[in-house]
Amino acid sequence: MIRSTHLPLLITIATFLLAFTLCASQYPAMLSTRVVANLLTDNAFLGIAAVGMTFVILSGGIDLSVGSVIAFTGVFLAVILRDTSIHPLVAFVLVLAITISFGAAMGAMIHYLEMPPFIVTLAGMFLARGAAYVLSTDSVPITHEFYDTLQSLYWKAPGGGRFRLTGIIMLLTFLAGIIVAHRTRFGQNVYALGGGLSTARLMGVPLARTTIGIYATSGGLAGLAGIIFSLYTSAGYSLATVGVELDAIAAVVIGGTLLTGGTGFVAGTFFGILIMGLIQTFIVFDGTLSSWWTKIVIGGLLFGFILLQKGLTWATTLRRKPATEFAAQS
Amino acid sequence: MASVTDPVLECRGISKFFPGAIALDAVDLTLYPGEVHALLGENGAGKSTLIKCLTGAYRRDAGTIVLNNQEISPNSTQDSQKLGIGTVYQEVNLLPNLTVAENLFLGRQPMWHGFISQRKMMTMARDLLAEFGLSVNPAEPLSAYSVAVQQVVAIARAVELSGKVLILDEPTASLDRDEVDLIFSVIEKLKARGLAIVFITHFLDQVFEISDRATVLRNGRVVGTRRLADASQTEIVTLMLGRQLEDRIHDRAPPAIGDTLIELTNFGKRGMITPFDLTVRKGEVVGLAGLLGSGRTETAEIIFGAVQADQGDARLEGKKISIRNPREAVTHRFALCPEDRKSDGIVGDLSVRENIILALQARQGWFRPLPKAKVNELAEAYVKALDIRLASLDMPIRLLSGGNQQKALLARWLATNPAFLILDEPTRGIDVGAHAEIIALIEKLREDGMALLVASSELEELVAYSTRVIVLRDRRQVSELTGDDITTSNIVAAIADEPMAEAV
Repeated sequence: MIRSTHLPLLITIATFLLAFTLCASQYPAMLSTRVVANLLTDNAFLGIAAVGMTFVILSGGIDLSVGSVIAFTGVFLAVILRDTSIHPLVAFVLVLAITISFGAAMGAMIHYLEMPPFIVTLAGMFLARGAAYVLSTDSVPITHEFYDTLQSLYWKAPGGGRFRLTGIIMLLTFLAGIIVAHRTRFGQNVYALGGGLSTARLMGVPLARTTIGIYATSGGLAGLAGIIFSLYTSAGYSLATVGVELDAIAAVVIGGTLLTGGTGFVAGTFFGILIMGLIQTFIVFDGTLSSWWTKIVIGGLLFGFILLQKGLTWATTLRRKPATEFAAQS
Repeated sequence: MASVTDPVLECRGISKFFPGAIALDAVDLTLYPGEVHALLGENGAGKSTLIKCLTGAYRRDAGTIVLNNQEISPNSTQDSQKLGIGTVYQEVNLLPNLTVAENLFLGRQPMWHGFISQRKMMTMARDLLAEFGLSVNPAEPLSAYSVAVQQVVAIARAVELSGKVLILDEPTASLDRDEVDLIFSVIEKLKARGLAIVFITHFLDQVFEISDRATVLRNGRVVGTRRLADASQTEIVTLMLGRQLEDRIHDRAPPAIGDTLIELTNFGKRGMITPFDLTVRKGEVVGLAGLLGSGRTETAEIIFGAVQADQGDARLEGKKISIRNPREAVTHRFALCPEDRKSDGIVGDLSVRENIILALQARQGWFRPLPKAKVNELAEAYVKALDIRLASLDMPIRLLSGGNQQKALLARWLATNPAFLILDEPTRGIDVGAHAEIIALIEKLREDGMALLVASSELEELVAYSTRVIVLRDRRQVSELTGDDITTSNIVAAIADEPMAEAV
């Protein structure tokens, strides 16, 4: 049976399939595995950041620091690999530790100081961006043979598509996100927070631990997205990925997650990412359209999905059934 | 039978002090297994304070709580839940976005290899709800179900988590009769299981229907505990209201009753107030009596259009009118002084003067400002007429005392020169002196030929100024008293729904 809560997810998937069919009917070449593989590779970092953002939005919060944290991670890796002889793997662990504790610190502020997430993560956004500038204002290239090894890892599908390591990592992140959201107590507590803070407290949800965990997850995944982004561009640049947090929020909302929190799916975000990537691919294929059309289409889609969510909320309240139907025959 | 077994919970001498007030004064409460114990009292009697002391939301200042022969001092609702005291509130404290099963098992989900086993959780939820006589799909979100079903789910969760004492704080307040039956069937099942259940409600019929005993609180004290099988509703209502039921003789000029002003027929709204007929004539004060939640405020609001009626006709001096919103009511020269003046009445930061002319200006339309001189003249006239004590007309109204705020609010509506004035609890929270002045004012307005409808919980006050009293109960009009029948004891009898005492 289809449940009303699944409806936004189904609509997102249907939107994606419809869009893909339309694109493919116009440009049959888009049906190739190469396009699909590139869709994954090009959006890997955004997808990973969006998984973290999904958790944040499900809990009723927002994380504006994501784009800055990605840029900081890139610059940090580039500088540390240029100036020291640390192995990239060690550098990865180091930078993840930094971004996770950064996120956890924001979560702690949000919880203990009872500050709105918007303002705390806005401060985090400036801090991380500023820290990136302090490390270097130039674009620092990354030249390490380990990077070359990682970049050359791919699985060549029939049809010439190259499924690179970064794309695979994004898929694994989504998989892990889905499992955490639905199969762990942490995931359930995230939904509970989104349903209502005071009610969640009354029902015994550990608010501090959950809030800090959510923002630490988002910070950590932004760090991972930064690593992927540095693999993608082979450089670290403090001006990179400005506004990526907004793209991530858009992907989450297009994926059917309610901005007010409590309702949505990590899987939906995946399709949100694919829809956004698809629009971009279409514009590349077309060649005559300005790339700003991406923004216009995404804006339109967002409006559409906001209206849809409102409509569904009304529909579920209207559909509410009278009590007496459910009394078991005794 | 109940007295043979040991009590589950015994409270002795519970006291709670707030700055400047004693909320609970040495309250005793004993609960036996398998009994439904009603906790009764008007607003401010201390019911919710007592519950909060029991559940650990408040720290008690004195007294002991003994649960199963062990003294306890819970310091949070979590804590009391673990000890065995569960609570369900009128507002369902569950998460509407989660599924029924997730709500039942949040924080204690069945695990399988470190992950939540959804399948196991669904089966467990289905079994649990079946015990409560509910066959819903536990995989549906809670919001898909009505409040009554949600309420049962909340009860199921509370019982699972606690299992000794269940406190139901007005669980039926927003339910239809069928839904109340569903809740009651659940209560009966829990009673059979041997739980002690505390039932708080304003509906007396429901108390007598389901409860075994009742403890009545008044002003923070227990005024009596009765076995309901041996008690009458009159006895309980008398305990609750606690009036010295000596009837005052009203010595006032016989009302010079004029023509019919308002005529309402079959006026009502589903789920709020049962349709009623009401006629109010000029120079008449119609009192609305009834317990809290009996529909007094609802009646006042529906006549003023603050809540839109879904059936019935209204006639003003014989002409059919519509009252769909307060603006329309104001154009018919109606006025309403609401019960909660803090949230519905005064605009705290505006000056006394602005508060007084607010309604008149609103009726005029905002683009035709009243001339300054006229504003001053009006405001000064009413301040003098109603004896509002203030330092200056420019001071923010929130700085005035409760009684003076009430009078300023009255002035606001009197300034519009209303034909029909509705007052909801005109004397709540004001001191004795102001109290008498407001009553005198009501008398004077009546003598001047205004039609008034006054809802009040102060019976003596109603007796003092009403020319007619309508008694409400469970959101419908049950009785009408006129002339010499207007006595506090007759009102109490009508509230308790028993044959009226002989008029003295």
